[in-house]
Amino acid sequence: MIGIEAVMRLIGDLQEAELRRWIAERWVRPEPASEGYLFREVDVARIRLIVELRRELAIDEEALPVVLQLLDQVYALRRRLRAMSEALDAQAPEIRDAVRARLARFSGEDEG
Amino acid sequence: MAARNPYEVLGVKKDASEDEIRAAYRKLAKRYHPDLNPGNKEAEARFKEISGANDILSDKDKRARFDRGEIDASGAARPEHAYSRYRGFAEGEPGEKYEYHSAEGVAPEDLDDLFAFFGRGARAGRGSGGGTMRMRGADQHYSLTVDFLTAINGARQRLNLAPERSLDVTIPPGVRDGQVLRLQGQGSPGSNGGPSGDALIEIHVAPHPFFRREGDDIHLDLPVTLGEAVLGGKVTVPTPSGPVAMTIPANSNTGRVLRLKGKGVPRPDGRSGDEYVTLKLMLPEGGDAELADFVRGWARKHPYDPRRGMTP
Repeated sequence: MIGIEAVMRLIGDLQEAELRRWIAERWVRPEPASEGYLFREVDVARIRLIVELRRELAIDEEALPVVLQLLDQVYALRRRLRAMSEALDAQAPEIRDAVRARLARFSGEDEG
Repeated sequence: MAARNPYEVLGVKKDASEDEIRAAYRKLAKRYHPDLNPGNKEAEARFKEISGANDILSDKDKRARFDRGEIDASGAARPEHAYSRYRGFAEGEPGEKYEYHSAEGVAPEDLDDLFAFFGRGARAGRGSGGGTMRMRGADQHYSLTVDFLTAINGARQRLNLAPERSLDVTIPPGVRDGQVLRLQGQGSPGSNGGPSGDALIEIHVAPHPFFRREGDDIHLDLPVTLGEAVLGGKVTVPTPSGPVAMTIPANSNTGRVLRLKGKGVPRPDGRSGDEYVTLKLMLPEGGDAELADFVRGWARKHPYDPRRGMTP
């Protein structure tokens, strides 16, 4: 957990006012602390992603919340899919095989 | 690894302008950015190649050296980032803080439908073996109407789910119309020892006869007498947490707004919104002869035009 000054040192090409606006918009959600904020690694990585989206991919702040919301949904779905495959891995072999066979048929239908 | 020619990678001509290179890079980066393509190894490799090509061509000096043959494309291929990419966190438990529904007011049931969907498939018993899987029960959706002041001050309220079943729901102070409360484990039972689903309760807030809510603030029209409007004075004003005393300044017009700080809706951070009181002058009902006589004499001596400047 690091403070906002440390974040500013880690990430070039970012103004503190800009980061504070992103926090106010809740695009970045550090934990509030007695003096300012505390950032986790995931928050820092998310700030880097937003900097890249803004600077390198030229996504403006009007479109950014749409992009972030869709990304958050994609990642939430992927976390659930992972949980589901872990649950499947814990099942008896015949159950795993039955599910795999069913899924294979499903993707086969897609192609054919 | 033999790196491809950066001009080919970005799909631009040898004499492309800086703007053309930037546009080509952006177009490809949007398509292949690794955080936008989780789980896609090919996109990751392409993005590395595109970034490396851009590193050379977007830098005037490096581009000139490449054109003169002083450096080759592989020498400038961008090394893997020293930092971890967002998706590395987002795909695991740390990413849960950015769960789609943690944005205020958005309910998570859409995503849990995924589990409910598989739960239904298992119950229908299609396919072999599926019926013995341990499954989380489906979430159940309910709606609950609470009165205006309950939504602000919070309360416990009973929700009848079925003739034989009811739930005591804790309404948190400041709950909003349309907000969804989740009661863990109060949905459908799981199958084969799986956990129960959750009850998701959508809150509807009934309107109030004189309070209006805007976000965390309360708005109220407060009728005042002619005497209070002209001379000022202390009045008692209703607020969601009970009546409070408020001073009306002398010479206050209809429409004047006074603020009662902290008398609005409690927020999760422990602070509260404000109550805004709009004054509304009420003349005595049915008129008053003495008042009319006085005003007739007064108006002659003190003409004023509150509508000046309103000529179109």
